[in-house]
Formats: sequence, structure tokens, C-alpha cells
Amino acid sequence: MTDIGYYPGCALQGSSNDYERSVRATLQALQVQLQELDDWICCGASAAHTINHKLSVALPARNLALAEQQGCAQLLAPCPMCSMELIKAGKALADSPALRQEMSDIVELPVTGRTQVLNLIQIFQQIGLPALKAAVKQPLEGVSVACYYGCLLTRPSALLAFDDCEQPVSMETILTALGAKTVAWNFKTECCGAGMTMANEETVLNLSHKILSNAAAHGANCIVVACPMCHVNLDMKQAAIEQRHGVRHDLEIFYLSDLIGLALGLDRQTLGIDRHFVVKNGNSACRL
Amino acid sequence: MHSDSSGLSALVNDCYQCGKCTAGCPLAAQMDIVPSQLVRLAQAGQVERATRAESIWLCVSCQTCTTRCPQSVDVAGVIDALREQSAQDGTVAKTQRRTAIFQQVFLDNIRRHGRLNELELVGAFKTQAFLKDLSIPLLMKDALLAPQMMKRDKLHFAGKPARDRQVVDRIFAKCAEAKV
Repeated sequence: MTDIGYYPGCALQGSSNDYERSVRATLQALQVQLQELDDWICCGASAAHTINHKLSVALPARNLALAEQQGCAQLLAPCPMCSMELIKAGKALADSPALRQEMSDIVELPVTGRTQVLNLIQIFQQIGLPALKAAVKQPLEGVSVACYYGCLLTRPSALLAFDDCEQPVSMETILTALGAKTVAWNFKTECCGAGMTMANEETVLNLSHKILSNAAAHGANCIVVACPMCHVNLDMKQAAIEQRHGVRHDLEIFYLSDLIGLALGLDRQTLGIDRHFVVKNGNSACRL
Repeated sequence: MHSDSSGLSALVNDCYQCGKCTAGCPLAAQMDIVPSQLVRLAQAGQVERATRAESIWLCVSCQTCTTRCPQSVDVAGVIDALREQSAQDGTVAKTQRRTAIFQQVFLDNIRRHGRLNELELVGAFKTQAFLKDLSIPLLMKDALLAPQMMKRDKLHFAGKPARDRQVVDRIFAKCAEAKV
């Protein structure tokens, strides 16, 4: 068992608890033990950087300080909003002694920004393709998947240099190794509307419609994401998108950990896939 | 760091108006003042016009503009600074008040609980937005989704708050005192 620090963030312990279930089950099967950061707080998400810049540094800084205090060198944050905010604050702290001093005072704990924050794709990269392949029990045959990265997994590129920001391939590399087919398509890094689901639903329904349409047009029978907001917009809102645009998409949306978990032989209930809104159990296009 | 206009002009100095930020923006077609024009206004010292734009609240912070800028101007960061200024000055465009309210309600929620309480967020947002624009459709929006979410164990009436909520409150207080 390998231990790694874990920052769930609000979504994974709220309405995206199917994502947490999936991440935990799949990593458990791969012998990775998650140590949840004790008494973590919200990263501030869009709200903080939108109307209070200082808070958008301080809230992640408090979590980074807790990680340092609790001795975790690596911190998995499966929500890209969280991971991006944590990485952004960490880099700013590491670059500026004055900011370190100021933030240590504000968050009431010493903080240096030395914690390495990983998104969900990176944890699977770290486990490595040989180990993933060796653990496969049910290759992903029949899966023709559009890998959707959205915004914050690869942007801003100066901060998140783990994959190409315009033409990322990290999810394709993992999923093809597990037997899936991946499609070439145009909307890999376009935005789904992110956290605007409540405040400006029209934006979400329009942007997400384009993503679903493009994936289907390029032969995908499902989409894979590594973000709770992408999942809400493409899965939970799919019926509203279909109603608004007068079309039928009927595309299953998986988290990356879902497809890897299925390849490892875990069932849909264990992974929380039965809690998605678009579910095609028996007659799934991808027969899983 | 960049909440005043002088700080803003340093951020936007290098822009030569190629328009690549606007070309890649997923919301540009709906915007009154597009990202490259917002940057131009900041260069020209006309920050107030920019803070009254609808577009700064339409922006979904996808970071495409910042990522593609050949001059490394942090356009998304500029828009954040404009929104912060707009919220402080009370110059939020009338059509975009809902979005500004949502961000404020979100922060108030975290301040109280340390972590987001989703149900309270929905309730507080709808109440505050209703008081502003008396929109019944917004009040009813997603009402049919609630039982579907409950069936999937996705609705939680009492989320798990952080233990040390006093420290969260103090962090908020200190960040409200002086802007970075």
C-alpha cells in the first residue's frame, strides 16, 4: 500500500459523492491508500478569485499549511478547480518570501507551498501504465470514448505543465492501454460552463450541448471526464440540454476512475456509476 | 495585487491587441465588451467602463485567453480584478446581478461552515436573487431535479462542516481588511 494525502473538496463530499466513491474504490484496488487531510476547508473555488483575490490565495494556503503540518508531501485533489487553486497558491507562495510571511499570519500556520498537488490523471500516471495493465481483469473492449479535459486540468499551462494545454493526450494514453478506443474530436479542452450551473444555466446548456454533439459526431459512445463540474453539466444536465436543443444525446459520462475501475473488474455499484443520471446498464453501448 | 487601476495597467501593458483572447473565448459571441476590448480599456485607464460591462460576469474563467496570449497577459486575471472592482464599487451590470450574487452567497456560505453547504447555497441564492428580480422561474428551477438527486443520495440536508470554523472566519476577516 502506498499512502497519499487526499483533499476531497466540497463537491466530492456533496452532490458529486459518486466521484469520491469511484476514486476511492479504484485507488483502493490499485493499493493506494488515501489519507484525508484533517480539517480541510473549501479552496474558495470560482467565488474567491472572482470577487476577493486575497481570499483566493488564503483559503488554499490554509489547506497547504495543514498538508505541511500533517506531513503529506503529495496531495491528491480530484477536482480540477481545487487542484488548480491549490497549485496556483502554492506556486505564488514558493516564489515570494513576503507572501509566505503574510499568508502564514493570515492562515495562522506556517506555510511554504512545498506540497506537490496532483490531479486525478497524475495519480494514475504515477501508478504507471505497467502496473495498470497488470491489474486489468476486463479490458475496455467496445468502449469508444471521447476524452474530455475541459478547462482547468490543463490551463493555465504555465501552472499545470503535465500535459499539452491544446491537445492533451494523457487520458487517451491510459485508456488505450486498458483496451479502449479513443476518438479524435474537437472539443477536448473547450469549456462546459463550469460552476455557472446555478447562476447562468443558459451558458452551461449551450456550451455543454456543443461538447456532447461533437463527441457523438466523431463516433464516441461515451465521454470520460476528470472533474465534478464537467460531470454535473454533461450528465446531470443532459436531459435539460436535450430538452432545450430538441435533440437526443444519450451519452454516458464516466469519470476517469470509473473506466479504470471497470477495467480492474469493479462493478458499477461499487464505483457509483448507478448514481449517474444517464445510465445504460444492460444495453450500454460499451457493454460494461 | 491588482485591485486598483494602477496595478491593472501594469498587468495589461504588454497587450498589442492581436485579439487572440477574444478569438478563443467561448462566450465572446454573447459579450457586450469582448476580452481584448476589456484589456484595451484597462490600458487606456477607462476601468470604470470595463467594470460596468456585462461580459466580465459572463466569463466562465476557463483560462483559454490567458493560456493563448502571445504576450503572456493574464487576461482571466484582469477580468477577475475587474469583477472584484465592480463588486466593490457596486457597478455590476443589471443583467448580471444574479451571477455576482451567486459568488457572494457562495463565499458567505464557506465563511460560516468552512466547507460548502450545497442546500443552503441553493436556498440562499434563490432567495437573494428573487428579492432582486422577482423571477418565479428561477425560484422553481431544478425543483424536479431534487427528488432525482435524493434518489441518488446526492442531496444532503446537513453537510459535514469544518471543525475549526473560527479560524475560517478570522481568515475571511483578515482578507476583507486590505486587498492584496
